[in-house]
Amino acid sequence: MLRSKLKPALAYLVLIVPSSLIILGFLWLLITSFSTRVEGLQSLGWTLNNWRFLWESPFGPQYPSIWTVTLNTLVMSLIMTLIVVVVSSLTGYALSRMKFPGRKGFLSLTLILHAFPSVTLLIPIYFVLLWIAKIPLIGRDVPLLGGFGYNTIGGVALVMVAFQLPFGIWIMKGFFDNISWDMERSALIDGASRFKVWWQIIMPNIKPGIAALSIFSFLTAWNAYLIPLTFTAGRAGKSAVLSLYLQNFISESVMTEWNAVAAVGLFQLVPVVLFFLFTQEALLNIYSGGKKGGV
Amino acid sequence: MKRRTKKIGERGKPPLPVLLGTRNIGFSRMRGQLAPYAFLSPTLILVTLFFFIPLVMVFILSFTKLDMTNFGILEWWKPVNWSLDNYVKIFTNRFLSRILGNTIMYVAVTLALFNVGMALVIALITTHIKRRTGFAFRTLWFLPRITPVVVYTMMWRALAGPAPMGVINKYFLVPLGIGGGEYLLHTHPWVFVFLVNGFIGASFGMILFASAIESIPKDYTIASRVDGASTWQTIRYVELPMIKWPLLFVTTYQTLSLLTSFEQIMLLTDGGPGLYQTEVWSLTAYHRALTSYFGNTQWGYGAAWAVVLVIIGIVMAVIYLRVFKFRELVEEPKIDQL
Repeated sequence: MLRSKLKPALAYLVLIVPSSLIILGFLWLLITSFSTRVEGLQSLGWTLNNWRFLWESPFGPQYPSIWTVTLNTLVMSLIMTLIVVVVSSLTGYALSRMKFPGRKGFLSLTLILHAFPSVTLLIPIYFVLLWIAKIPLIGRDVPLLGGFGYNTIGGVALVMVAFQLPFGIWIMKGFFDNISWDMERSALIDGASRFKVWWQIIMPNIKPGIAALSIFSFLTAWNAYLIPLTFTAGRAGKSAVLSLYLQNFISESVMTEWNAVAAVGLFQLVPVVLFFLFTQEALLNIYSGGKKGGV
Repeated sequence: MKRRTKKIGERGKPPLPVLLGTRNIGFSRMRGQLAPYAFLSPTLILVTLFFFIPLVMVFILSFTKLDMTNFGILEWWKPVNWSLDNYVKIFTNRFLSRILGNTIMYVAVTLALFNVGMALVIALITTHIKRRTGFAFRTLWFLPRITPVVVYTMMWRALAGPAPMGVINKYFLVPLGIGGGEYLLHTHPWVFVFLVNGFIGASFGMILFASAIESIPKDYTIASRVDGASTWQTIRYVELPMIKWPLLFVTTYQTLSLLTSFEQIMLLTDGGPGLYQTEVWSLTAYHRALTSYFGNTQWGYGAAWAVVLVIIGIVMAVIYLRVFKFRELVEEPKIDQL
């Protein structure tokens, strides 16, 4: 009798002990952001001062305000999500439904890229972005995005799209494979073009897939750190994103205001946590489409 | 909740045999030929720009001495300026064995304890307790992955901090009389490198394993229960064998991602606190090439460090294709002949 109760208790213990580290960490973060100083989880004085960055730029007016930075992050994440979803579903559709010379090669390429450590290519990608920046019209000075070259939001988004694509294509192909092509066939017989079929008939049928990939891409882009860090110059420039803005508070020379970092960090975290809570069901779908990819 | 279960459940069924496509009406040769390439063109452009060109360049760069000081002067694309010097430099580096050892230890321990081990434990427990509780725990474990990495590492530094500031010191170690309340990141940097990376890594396997476990037809587990198997026996003899593929997939896939991930280490210890104490291979490549530490952005030398990882990546990706029954994955599409 005792044994049957002991085992679930043991299971809970195994689960709760490591989980408590996460809970403690996030509790600390929350308390710190509202305190002048903390000792462990104990606040030594409550304040709203750390959240000052919301209404005034803590580094002076020449630096972008938090809202500009947030807008940058949002634009970058949305652009990246949009491109990833459109491009991967175009490619996924072709791979799932069309026969053409080179199909096999293309599929194996996608798979290899899926497993390929793209971070190792950061150095040459830096040069590629420098070249793109020299191309007139799309390289620089595009409104909102800044362009697609080095040190622009568009450029950073494009690199992240490329890194996300193999995964996206694979997921989307899985979703396309799962729908029957009866409807598509009748539309094709009626004379619709492949593009029209893709857009009007197939895309509405894989909404769960689109949702899952969008959420996943958005979360990736919102939290991206390494790629923006590597491909934008200076963390307070006009193309700064939230994860880099944080770095402004962390300095080797002056005392770092950890409390302010915690506040900015929470500012960046809270929207995605809410987003995640509302969308996690849809996100979990991602693996039902990608089943064939060995998942 | 119900919908999801059903969906995943359906995955277990074999695909319906496709009865169509036997009759070849011969639709649309006309638009047919070029359409696929039109669909593929955006990917082709992006892959060329950000994979092919960089891949070729990283190899070429690795043979040159390009750095910030001779940028625009050195004609790195000319074979005259190529040499194996960078590789000689790597393999005669006196810290090579330490960096190599660090890399192996980092990948092996994080993978075994967290990315596969902890992931499997959480997935198994959360699928065997109350659904809602299980979901709550999985959400909790997802948090590290969606937290901005700068904040996440800062949080761990606070946990590791010296007494009385550090959470672990204040509430666990000091009351228990363990250690002198030092900054744990300085005394045990590796423990925190494993923890910080592992807590992020575990969520990937956790989600995959959990959905794989939930997609096992209930008949199997019920049958084993009826036969008198304990929960542990059901897990060991019914469930684990059925999630063999996800297990293998997570292991291979996460080996590669751990091998090339260095963001967290960079922000947590930046290879320190001792000389090259927690420096791993990919971090070295990044340090040499892209951080202006002493102002030396040695693109060529850094590229040579990266090339070693690129080769490992390609080899492992090819093996991974073999293992995952590639032929099945690329079977011809059933459409395109009506």
